[in-house]
Amino acid sequence: MKMMSNFLLLPIIIPFFFGMLLMFAPKNIRYQRIGAMTGLTIALVTAIALLFKVKNEGIQVVTFGDWPAPFGITLVSDTVSALLVLTSVILAFFTVWYSISAIGKERESFFYYPGILFMLTGVNGAFTTGDIFNLFVFFEVLLMSSYLLIVLGGEKAQLRESIKYILVNVISSAIFVITVAFLYSVVGTLNMADIAVKIAAIGQPGIITVIAVLFLIVFGLKAAIFPLYFWLPSSYAAPPIPVLALFGALLTKVGVYAITRTYTLFFVHDTGFTHELLMILSVLTILAGCIGALAYFDVKKIIIYNIIIAVGVILFGVSQMNDNALMGSMFYLIHDMLIKAALFFLVGIIIAVTGTSDLRKMGGLMKTHPALGWFYLIAAFGLAGIPPLSGFVGKLLIVRGGFEAGNLGASIWILLSSLVVLLSVIRIFIYAFWGKEQGSLQQIDKGQYRMMFIPTAILVMLTVFYGVGSEWITPFMQDAANILNNPSVYTDAVLKE
Amino acid sequence: MEVIMAFVIGFLFMAAVYLMLSKSLLRIIIGTGLLSHGAHLLILTMGGLGGSAPPVLADGVTDMADAIPQALILTAIVISFGVTAFFLVLAYRAYQELGTDDMNLMRGTDEDDE
Repeated sequence: MKMMSNFLLLPIIIPFFFGMLLMFAPKNIRYQRIGAMTGLTIALVTAIALLFKVKNEGIQVVTFGDWPAPFGITLVSDTVSALLVLTSVILAFFTVWYSISAIGKERESFFYYPGILFMLTGVNGAFTTGDIFNLFVFFEVLLMSSYLLIVLGGEKAQLRESIKYILVNVISSAIFVITVAFLYSVVGTLNMADIAVKIAAIGQPGIITVIAVLFLIVFGLKAAIFPLYFWLPSSYAAPPIPVLALFGALLTKVGVYAITRTYTLFFVHDTGFTHELLMILSVLTILAGCIGALAYFDVKKIIIYNIIIAVGVILFGVSQMNDNALMGSMFYLIHDMLIKAALFFLVGIIIAVTGTSDLRKMGGLMKTHPALGWFYLIAAFGLAGIPPLSGFVGKLLIVRGGFEAGNLGASIWILLSSLVVLLSVIRIFIYAFWGKEQGSLQQIDKGQYRMMFIPTAILVMLTVFYGVGSEWITPFMQDAANILNNPSVYTDAVLKE
Repeated sequence: MEVIMAFVIGFLFMAAVYLMLSKSLLRIIIGTGLLSHGAHLLILTMGGLGGSAPPVLADGVTDMADAIPQALILTAIVISFGVTAFFLVLAYRAYQELGTDDMNLMRGTDEDDE
């Protein structure tokens, strides 16, 4: 038996530990800020170290209590999950940094930072776990924290929307439990690698395809795919901007990851039905997102609908099931997490400066805040995928994969959707930065503006680096696509002992 | 036995859906409670009923109950307990702030607040 390393647990445990420490002195805001930043810095270092460890030594596996693989709860860190864990920690780090000036003292002294850290625990756990029921548990961990974050502050809109948010998630959790029960009754195991092997052995009969669709409903509710995205726009618009950035960047992507994992590991024997369905839904998701992104004059809503478009693009890549498309999906997934957070931060600054989220009441910011304008333009171009910025490589690979799989129409539809994305974000630029000043400028003080602008600018620069340095990132993505496209790599690593 | 369980689970789901479709917030929360009860019973049934001995290794015992569904239910019960408690507190607070527990009056967008 090979030596197991507990190292992959650190990015899960460290945020949890610091979250607990922070709960002892909620009213001491200095302690809260320093504690959260320290915890996330340590988590960031371990997440980077974990990524290189996985890259050099192969897939890392830990089974709790040292029970042999299919019996104990397994945690698995492959390149896919290590990349996503690292991105999540980076985003939590920037969100906390941005929150220090943007969230307000009232929320800071009511468990805001512990909420973020516990949510990061759940997100990292969901990315890392190799046990389908454990995935449910980590989903609940991150959902409980998200319930706290969405309602924290107790504004009327927050209370109203969080009730719907919780109700949708309680129902989806119940369906998740039901689906796991069905799956258990068919394959008799909960370990994800073992499930994949058992399904391959019985050759995916009809009942497994039904379970695949049930999983699509469960994770689709979280990821906001086409018929199930109805709750997302109004719920996400309720909390303040830093929480919105964290939700938009992380929570939907956990659902996307879960769909990706189950549809590349378990349900790969009847792709004519399951992946075709996923493709149709992803194309419709893009359509629904495009309509929403063009329909609103509320800056928050425009970016929120762009989340839905991105989910469609990523899942289209997953549904193609070839190396290029899967690599593109991984590229685009991480690009989207970074760029969405950056855009929400920028929009948050625009709202703070103008005092409104309605485009028609803004204007002329280019004269007063030129740096903000330029960074917004870079982020907008990056989102639309203009080379050499970050969205380009992922979309190129996804479309190439789509052509290889023979789905010309849908691939061209992805390309056309980029134009809509560009139009929707450039509308914000034109309305907010060009034109006459609208007189209603709130003078937020220079220090606070700078405190909000610095983390945002660094995050935008990071996305630029992600695009320009994509050659340096490609080996990781190739490795991830290889794992997604060949389930045996994953199952061998977990079950070989 | 499985048939009886199937009817019980189906009834619980039916009642849960009926309650969740009503307007009153309290009924909706009770509905989510029933929904999770149904889901928990479903896990138990899906794991296979029967097994006469507890799942502990002992001489001569072959017909053991499956321990995994029981462990899953225990976890799921604890989680749904926590969520329901949070949901009830939230509902009470929302009732105080918004002055209603009628979901029909809780729809709306930010424009309505102004």
